[in-house]
Amino acid sequence: MLDLLERALVLALHIPDGFLSASVSALFWVLTLVCVTFAVRRTNKVLDDRQVPLMGVMAACIFAAQMLNFPVAGGTSGHVLGGALAAIVLGPAAGILVMTCVVALQALLFQDGGIVVMGANIFNMGVLTTLLGGAVFAGLLRLIGRQSKGLVIAGFAAAWVSVMAAAALTALQLIASGTAQPQVVLGAMLGVHSLIGVGEGLITAAALSFLLATRPDVLPAAVTDVLSGNARPVAKGQVLIGGLAIAALLLLLAPFASAAPDGLERVALDLGFIDGGRGPGAASPAGVLSDYTVPGLAGGISTILAGLVGVLIVVALGYGLAILLRRRSAARSNRSVPSSR
Amino acid sequence: MAQQILERYIDGASSIHALDARVKLVLAVTTIVCASLLPAGSWLALLALTALVWATIIASSVGLLLILRRALVALPFLAVVVTIVFSVPGQPVFTVPLGFVTLTATDAGLLRFFTIVWKSWVSVQVALILTATTHFFDILRALGALHLPKIMVALLSFMYRYLFVLADEAQQLLRARDCRSAALDGRGGGSVWWRAKVTGQLVGTLFLRAFERSERIYVAMLARGYTGELRSLNARPLHPSDLRFGLGGALVLVLITLQAFLG
Repeated sequence: MLDLLERALVLALHIPDGFLSASVSALFWVLTLVCVTFAVRRTNKVLDDRQVPLMGVMAACIFAAQMLNFPVAGGTSGHVLGGALAAIVLGPAAGILVMTCVVALQALLFQDGGIVVMGANIFNMGVLTTLLGGAVFAGLLRLIGRQSKGLVIAGFAAAWVSVMAAAALTALQLIASGTAQPQVVLGAMLGVHSLIGVGEGLITAAALSFLLATRPDVLPAAVTDVLSGNARPVAKGQVLIGGLAIAALLLLLAPFASAAPDGLERVALDLGFIDGGRGPGAASPAGVLSDYTVPGLAGGISTILAGLVGVLIVVALGYGLAILLRRRSAARSNRSVPSSR
Repeated sequence: MAQQILERYIDGASSIHALDARVKLVLAVTTIVCASLLPAGSWLALLALTALVWATIIASSVGLLLILRRALVALPFLAVVVTIVFSVPGQPVFTVPLGFVTLTATDAGLLRFFTIVWKSWVSVQVALILTATTHFFDILRALGALHLPKIMVALLSFMYRYLFVLADEAQQLLRARDCRSAALDGRGGGSVWWRAKVTGQLVGTLFLRAFERSERIYVAMLARGYTGELRSLNARPLHPSDLRFGLGGALVLVLITLQAFLG
């Protein structure tokens, strides 16, 4: 059994000590401490004393569930990491605490993942997977609505996205520490984990539909409400979170984007007026992030950072637009109130 | 059973076993922090750290060879890091022809690669000797003394207590699945999707069993007077000799690290 517990861990996501620079380790310890403290506060607020044994046993359950594998092909096997599942069933705050315990115990007991780099490992596998997985799940479930298919699709997508995000962040941490070559590692990590993510997604979706069929009462009320059609319409904050989650997903895919000119550029190139677009006048605002890279940074990170800046600008624009539209519709409804009397 | 294997050396009688868990934890973390701070190519400091760790292992009578063998767990990760041998600019040392591209290893790349390998190897040994000579509950109590939030200590205690119980249940589920799925050697039954679905149902089953178990545990705790706080006996004061050992060890570690930066 011990070998099963240990074999469950062989995945290139548990960074060992020595592979991250001291500054990257410190940065992610700070981020992790902030998130975990927030989660502790949040749980303490809603905590009845029943939660402590529940979350503790659930943490053990997630670790043990990583033993449950199935043969994929050629001697490799798939199993579940459980971050998205924990977030969906237990909620984000409890999910973070449970996954933090899982990662910490794996490092302390099985030396799987280092101690000084544990902050980064907890952030990748405990905080990022739960927050992103939970957000993607909630968003998609609301979009698809009251079909049991919604649970399967949303569960699969949430699990796949969370694994990809954890892999991408792990690669970025290694790159930022100067322990790995950017292009190769980011591509390799995302490539491998896009397959591992499929296993994670399938198991998560199957586990969720199993729970729905046997004990729907253990699923959070928010999930069963959507499936039975009792949910209130989508709230603004959730749309924002969902949008951010999708943007994050696109960001992860950014380095994969083709370096070849896109359709419009191609046409412009063929017609010979792309030089005009690169004239002195066009250079000033657009030239800051030319070709979606930040000057002075290498390859993959630069593309992602440039994407991040772009996403932030788009979010700001969208948010501004939304506020504007709401004011206008509020003004119109104010006007329409007296006339309807 | 697995728990017994894991804790096989934990009740030893050496001075390392007897050392206060707080001191051990702080010294272990300090060693790993020092190792991760060392600049590339500080071989003397790495050698000194390794000597210290090996001396500790030998003093603990756990068995150097056993620790060294178990310290190989970080090996798979080297596949990711081997790329820097070829990407850091420096003097070319040797080349690896790979069909359409030729990789050139540089001296700076090799230097950094071997530094990382050594650091990680020492760090894993430190973590191994800590967990081989210290009860997990003592580590948790030490973490509590170092102001880890109470709820985290409680969760980790529960997790450790029930990990092996649930791992047993997981293994029963696997065995039941194997008994019901006859297949030819090397050929799984059904499609990959179907296999994944079966595994997902196993995860769901395990989840439900854990959920129901936690309810039973809670009721049992209530019956024994649980009020929301976990209490434990045998909290012991920090012995002066343990404190001296800890301070001395920390001083040596800091000196080794300083030597790497100044020397």
